[in-house]
Amino acid sequence: MRSIEVLGPGCGNCRVLYERTRQAVRELGLECEVEKITDLNVIVGYRVMSTPALVVDGQVKLAGRVPSVEQLKQLLS
Amino acid sequence: MSEAASLPRARSRRPHPLAWRIGMGLVAWVALYAALGPASRWLAHSVLRASADTHLGSALEFFIFDSPKVLLLLTLIVFAVGVIRSFFTPERTRAILAGKKESVGNVLAAGLGVVTPFCSCSAVPLFLGFLTAGVPLGVTFSFLIAAPMVNEIALALLFGLFGWKVAALYVGTGLAIAVVAGWVIGRLHLEGHVEPWVSATVSGRPGYDAGSLDWDMRLRMGLEAVQGIVGKIWPYVLVGIAVGAVIHGWVPENFMARIMGKGAWWSVPLAVLIGVPMYSNAAGIIPVVQALLGKGAALGTVLAFMMAVIGLSLPEVIILRRVLRPRLIAAFLGVVSGGIVVVGYLFNWLV
Repeated sequence: MRSIEVLGPGCGNCRVLYERTRQAVRELGLECEVEKITDLNVIVGYRVMSTPALVVDGQVKLAGRVPSVEQLKQLLS
Repeated sequence: MSEAASLPRARSRRPHPLAWRIGMGLVAWVALYAALGPASRWLAHSVLRASADTHLGSALEFFIFDSPKVLLLLTLIVFAVGVIRSFFTPERTRAILAGKKESVGNVLAAGLGVVTPFCSCSAVPLFLGFLTAGVPLGVTFSFLIAAPMVNEIALALLFGLFGWKVAALYVGTGLAIAVVAGWVIGRLHLEGHVEPWVSATVSGRPGYDAGSLDWDMRLRMGLEAVQGIVGKIWPYVLVGIAVGAVIHGWVPENFMARIMGKGAWWSVPLAVLIGVPMYSNAAGIIPVVQALLGKGAALGTVLAFMMAVIGLSLPEVIILRRVLRPRLIAAFLGVVSGGIVVVGYLFNWLV
């Protein structure tokens, strides 16, 4: 795994997903930065229609939902 | 995908633990709801000795009866809507709407706006996603108007505080406004007033595909909705009901008749004007407004105010400004507020 990005223009849900993703990465012991993307051009470029979204290595894994830390860990491992 | 794929394994080990727990939860909900009336009466009259004849007594009674009822309804409705929404994604809705003609498209879009998961902060990606897939501008607006206007929080509060008739009226008129306003915006032919970078954003990347979900996942999404929405707004609901209780207990009867009553013709547009910039306080505002209704405010005025608060919001307009030129924004605001004013007058005249 090389890159994890959280897409969202900065609403409450986006912040929650960002925090939970960071926690999941920490708990899994992954050597990976979690990046927060607020640029609408980039978000639209991923063809995501609902935020927040989770992008792992350039692939959209999740959109429009805020799952629990446990579910995120399943998704990332 | 990997998330959904990993679930059946967990399920075969423990047969439907989640569905079982939710079933038990539903039984508990029904029992609680049935016990609510007697329990509230006992608490208000026997324990707190509240009497409807005093200011404090009638305020306490209002609070004790309404807050548990509204919170229970809110939990159930948010859960049900969360599960229903797991069947709809913006991607699927877009596929349904792409290539639809106007009018039929407007009606479909307004209906889908209610059941498709939507947060006003993703209005821009959604707007662009619809337009680039060939959904007509007016049809896209029908969706964007219905999605925030007819929402589960308002539905639960209206149902709990006003009864099913007003709740149904609200859903019906909200949908009607979304259909008609979207259709009017389509007729205005303002396609040229979409910011130019919109047409340049289509890239070669593959889009998001949620895959299919199993029931375990859908129920889980319903619970997530309860956690995310009810967990966040319950303090606003309680504060709103408390303010409503104070109004109920202390404000004299017919106090609002002159300001928000049927006789004051200017009250409907004024209510809309005040309501548009307000946002996200819908949970707190509906109980207040309900109390005002008891003090002589007219139903149409109250309905118009709530629609303006819930359906149109300043933050959403600021977000949309990134893709819409001022003239299109003005058309959107004008047509929708016009529709709300018409609904307000209609109900003041009918009821």
